[in-house]
Amino acid sequence: MAGTSRTLELPQPLALDGGGELVGATLAYETYGELNADRSNAILLCHALTGDQYVASPHPVTGKPGWWERMVGPGKPIDTGRFHVICANVIGSCMGSSGPASEASDGKPYAMRFPVITIRDMTRALVGLLDEIGIDTLHAVVGGSMGGMQALSLAANWPSRAARVLVIASTSRHSAQNIAFHELGRQAVMADPRWNQGDYYGGEAPDNGLAVARMAAHITYLSEEALTEKFGRNLQDREAKSFGFDADFQVESYLRYQGSGFTQRFDANSYLYITRAMDYFDLAEEHGGKLADAFAGTAARFCLVSFDSDWLYPTSESRHVVRALNAAGAAVSFVELSAPHGHDSFLLDVPALDRVVKGFLE
Amino acid sequence: MNLRPDLAAIAEAIAPGARVLDIGCGDGALLANLRDAKQVDARGMEIDGDCVERCVAQGLSVVQGDANRDLADYPDKGFDYTVLSQTLQTATRPDHMLDQLLRVGRQAFVSFPNFAHWRTRSALMFGGKMPVTRAIPVSWYETPNIHHVTVKDFRELAREKGATIEREWFFAGGKPVSGSTNWRAEFAVFQLSR
Repeated sequence: MAGTSRTLELPQPLALDGGGELVGATLAYETYGELNADRSNAILLCHALTGDQYVASPHPVTGKPGWWERMVGPGKPIDTGRFHVICANVIGSCMGSSGPASEASDGKPYAMRFPVITIRDMTRALVGLLDEIGIDTLHAVVGGSMGGMQALSLAANWPSRAARVLVIASTSRHSAQNIAFHELGRQAVMADPRWNQGDYYGGEAPDNGLAVARMAAHITYLSEEALTEKFGRNLQDREAKSFGFDADFQVESYLRYQGSGFTQRFDANSYLYITRAMDYFDLAEEHGGKLADAFAGTAARFCLVSFDSDWLYPTSESRHVVRALNAAGAAVSFVELSAPHGHDSFLLDVPALDRVVKGFLE
Repeated sequence: MNLRPDLAAIAEAIAPGARVLDIGCGDGALLANLRDAKQVDARGMEIDGDCVERCVAQGLSVVQGDANRDLADYPDKGFDYTVLSQTLQTATRPDHMLDQLLRVGRQAFVSFPNFAHWRTRSALMFGGKMPVTRAIPVSWYETPNIHHVTVKDFRELAREKGATIEREWFFAGGKPVSGSTNWRAEFAVFQLSR
């Protein structure tokens, strides 16, 4: 399926939570399906940490299918025959929206001069996009993982902008463990000599460091059961252990492949900025310390979905949000789905998720 | 869709446009009926994930949760009505559950199988075994009903909790019964306030 690719520069400077503003913030986005006459059938999809706008169209770098093709398309749970689906690359990322690899006013890449951003900043930019394309109220905002954080941020800070809020395998705050894994990844990037304080554009990028970061993160996206099922202790293309440090085991080979593949399509500095934004995310803190206050008076309908094998953002985190929504009197649905794949279940074949998504968007 | 008689009685008594929380809402039959027939703001809580999935797939707002624990998350009088249909006898502490129902809702509906129905009494008296009847169809070792209750017991509990019985319905074989209800009713429904 083909989306329509567009790029938009926000006319106003984008105010940032860390102080200051981003002038000329640019958002690259894809749309699928027709916007109806009263502009009421738009669904904003928010992507995860290393995701992008190519939700249901081939990735321009890797040529792989869109990351949620199984969910988005004609007749699919997010039906592009009925809905106008919008997915924008978040600011801080590297697929056409403003990020550390973008040109600053001096014509050179920002690198580490790019301001540190938050999930709310990303969401504010998305709201700016909605303003520009003339969508007052979304039929729904939908996101998994970091996309769910943006959906929650939109619901809390711009409550009139979405009638439905669907949050999958996500959280209202990063835990110490979440931050710890991200710090591991950032340190791996920054320990690569090619990182060079972020100033590597035009030269060799810190691919080794970024690959290690991706390998560590990838483990957190899978369940122990899924790793065992897929790889066990199987050896890779050999009959016996090598008594060396090659990738003897299939799981090692797989992780190395995931790590190096990732460096082909992702900017190391973007990885630093976006993981930082996620670590800073604490929706309750933004609203006086009480999560229920973030949703006071909301008229939106909410649906939260967790997976029993997700140990990155476990069910308890979704329940925490559900409790706050109940306390705020919001219309909320919540279900923990059973799926073996860990956190990545939201991207994979889980038919129950399809039914929940379709039903909630009706 | 035809509702179970206790649910039909509850649905009939609920005012249009009300806010309703159905605790142990199962596959959402009552909620869907209230939403479609009475424009009720209908919410549910259900412990079984498959049931919740079916509810959400119908566009209902249902939270997967354990009423023994999760009702505490809801604000005082956040609903016009709370509904607990054929679930009281499965609660860890039915008395605490009743408190929560009356705290969260302005009024509460409670329906349950009456353990003092004559079939149950005679099964125990003459069979000498834990009754398995059409109203209580599951053997003692696998029943979720851990706190069997009678009409008389429930009236006493309501009185102890300071609750007022606003209305009551009794059924046997799907038909209303009146008089000697603690003998004749297989199922009872109470509408309470406090």
